[in-house]
Amino acid sequence: MAVLLDRNTRLVVQGLTGREGTFHAKAAAAYGTTVVGGVTPGKGGMTHEGWPVFNSVHDAVRETGANASVIFVPPPAAADAIMEATDAGIPLAVCITEGIPTVDMLKVWTFMDGKKTRLVGPNCPGVITAGQAKAGIIPGHICKEGRIGIVSKSGTLTYEAIHQLSKQGMGQTTCIGIGGDPLIGTNFIDALRLFAADSDTEAVIMIGEIGGTAEQEAAAYIKKEFRKPVVGFIAGQTAPPGRRMGHAGAIIAGGQGTAAEKMEALTKAGVRVAKSPADMGVAMKEVLGR
Amino acid sequence: MYDLRLSDLANRRQLTYILPVKIHEYQAKAVLARFGVPVPRGEVTFSADNVADIARKLGGGVSVVKAQIHAGGRGKGGGVKVAKSPEEAQQLARSILGMTLVTHQTGPEGKKVGRLLIEEGLQIERELYVSIVIDRASASPVVIASAAGGMDIEEVAASHPEKILRETVQRGTGLLPFEGRKLAFAMGLDGAAAGKFTKVLASLYEAFIATDASMIEINPLVLTKEGNLLALDAKVTFDDSALYRHPDLKELRDESEEDPLEVEASKFSLNYIRLDGNIGCMVNGAGLAMATMDIIKLAGGEPANFLDVGGGANAEQIRNAFKILMSDANVKAVLINIFGGILRCDVLAQGVIAAVKELGVPVPIVIRMEGTNVEEGKRLLQESGLNFATADSMGEAASKVVASAAAQKGTN
Repeated sequence: MAVLLDRNTRLVVQGLTGREGTFHAKAAAAYGTTVVGGVTPGKGGMTHEGWPVFNSVHDAVRETGANASVIFVPPPAAADAIMEATDAGIPLAVCITEGIPTVDMLKVWTFMDGKKTRLVGPNCPGVITAGQAKAGIIPGHICKEGRIGIVSKSGTLTYEAIHQLSKQGMGQTTCIGIGGDPLIGTNFIDALRLFAADSDTEAVIMIGEIGGTAEQEAAAYIKKEFRKPVVGFIAGQTAPPGRRMGHAGAIIAGGQGTAAEKMEALTKAGVRVAKSPADMGVAMKEVLGR
Repeated sequence: MYDLRLSDLANRRQLTYILPVKIHEYQAKAVLARFGVPVPRGEVTFSADNVADIARKLGGGVSVVKAQIHAGGRGKGGGVKVAKSPEEAQQLARSILGMTLVTHQTGPEGKKVGRLLIEEGLQIERELYVSIVIDRASASPVVIASAAGGMDIEEVAASHPEKILRETVQRGTGLLPFEGRKLAFAMGLDGAAAGKFTKVLASLYEAFIATDASMIEINPLVLTKEGNLLALDAKVTFDDSALYRHPDLKELRDESEEDPLEVEASKFSLNYIRLDGNIGCMVNGAGLAMATMDIIKLAGGEPANFLDVGGGANAEQIRNAFKILMSDANVKAVLINIFGGILRCDVLAQGVIAAVKELGVPVPIVIRMEGTNVEEGKRLLQESGLNFATADSMGEAASKVVASAAAQKGTN
């Protein structure tokens, strides 16, 4: 079953004709994803790498029956691209673009209120369902089909977790990179809810970062109603206070933002928190008693 | 609370391409004044010679001489002084300009004062606090206000949380006048002052959205004896992601206020932050880079930096990253931790080999790579004839590099 993406996914690539869009559309297709076409305004009617290009997401949906979109549109136009996907009624929009102005994301939030589209990202590595489909930049060859779900703020740390699981002989259902920006679509709790309802997912790895309070909110949710085993890791335990490391979200801002507080909240919620990033796979093995 | 650690937020070291851009007080006031925020009359100068003239232009009475550096706590550090006459202002300016100002936000090395703001003196009745930031939890802008202005707002938040007021702005409508009035009356302002506060707040909110600010903080916002409301101090940082549409704001950057290595790194789109340890790190991705610092510390070492070469780094980027890393004389050993996704391990290996051959890196290098084309990458490293240590896991890499750094330290 898995979540968000599966064999029935019909993926449209917004920004298909750009360098990144082309590269990752091919990688997604090579992984087995049904890529149905692309959207580049003004290039409608063209064929790119064998795929039809449309002027709008609406056209793409009408012509191809696309039910998911991945967005590789440059930052100045990316918020607009998300809202267009939403207006076209696509159930899932995954935005990889890094560097969308926060004020633009405020508009996106307002626009998406009450609409049926789910946004993953922006500034994230995307989503992959092992052995079935991917939307984004997570390398497919490191994944293995199995029963662990992953939700993470960080890209390469997600790959690290996948790799450690695979090394321990455990495969994955779906890996969701939610991104580390201040304003994101799907958050930890949304992703955990999906995993809770997925009978294929047996346990979850959750990877957070310093800054914000999303991990603490997730801890409260887990304590209250999430009944599958969770292994957690928080990056930035040693980051100096007051410094931001890359992601807009990764700020130690004191109170409710430090790694220590997040780790404590997760531990209290029954999450097995790995202190070292090298121990995520081992911790999962222990938690599952294997 | 997270949102209240504003001086911490304002105190972040700034990298143009990835961090919010910070500007001086006088620049912040000029930007806010464009949106109708009242500020004291004043003039900036890079020299002490014309300060008496400036003070005369401001009325010749009491004036304030303010050091312009990118750090708070200037008053306590001796960087803000009140002068009773233009002549005294000039004298004070001579003593402040060029001094190294040490405050709780500059670090022990302090910051050299290169610019002064000379302002008219005001008769102050009350000092208030107001700021605007984005709140992640509600995904909305939030206004924070307090009647306890002029003090360290974090201390107020800790000791008197009831004195901190908060108003979440509806994204669709923007800030509404009644929300301003609500805050004003809660701070105990009378009708006339509340009207003025509501107007000032509307201007601040307009400036926040129009300039793509990530934070605006006015501390204090003063009510004068004449009943006027003015921003006596102002801190503004901008969202670096939006700078492309604000060429005028980009001009306000003062590179002399930033770490030279961080400025250099930003030119190559490298996300680099200098730290105090001796183990140089080169990693792809911000999360993995932070995790790498964590595991170095767990292994008993101290990272010399945070360096994220990005997901799509090429051989040229790796070379630039090496140059930046090795410009820090504290570095005794280097750990390269790359999880190849888009960045292939063979490309990384080629970049590292070329950089080490060209730059003659004099310290031990531990390489841990995993992912796309890892076997080919390892083969290239082995056949290079260069002295790399490799590791198969993050844990092993961290212990190896910590041991190498310790051994190097012993020989020096």
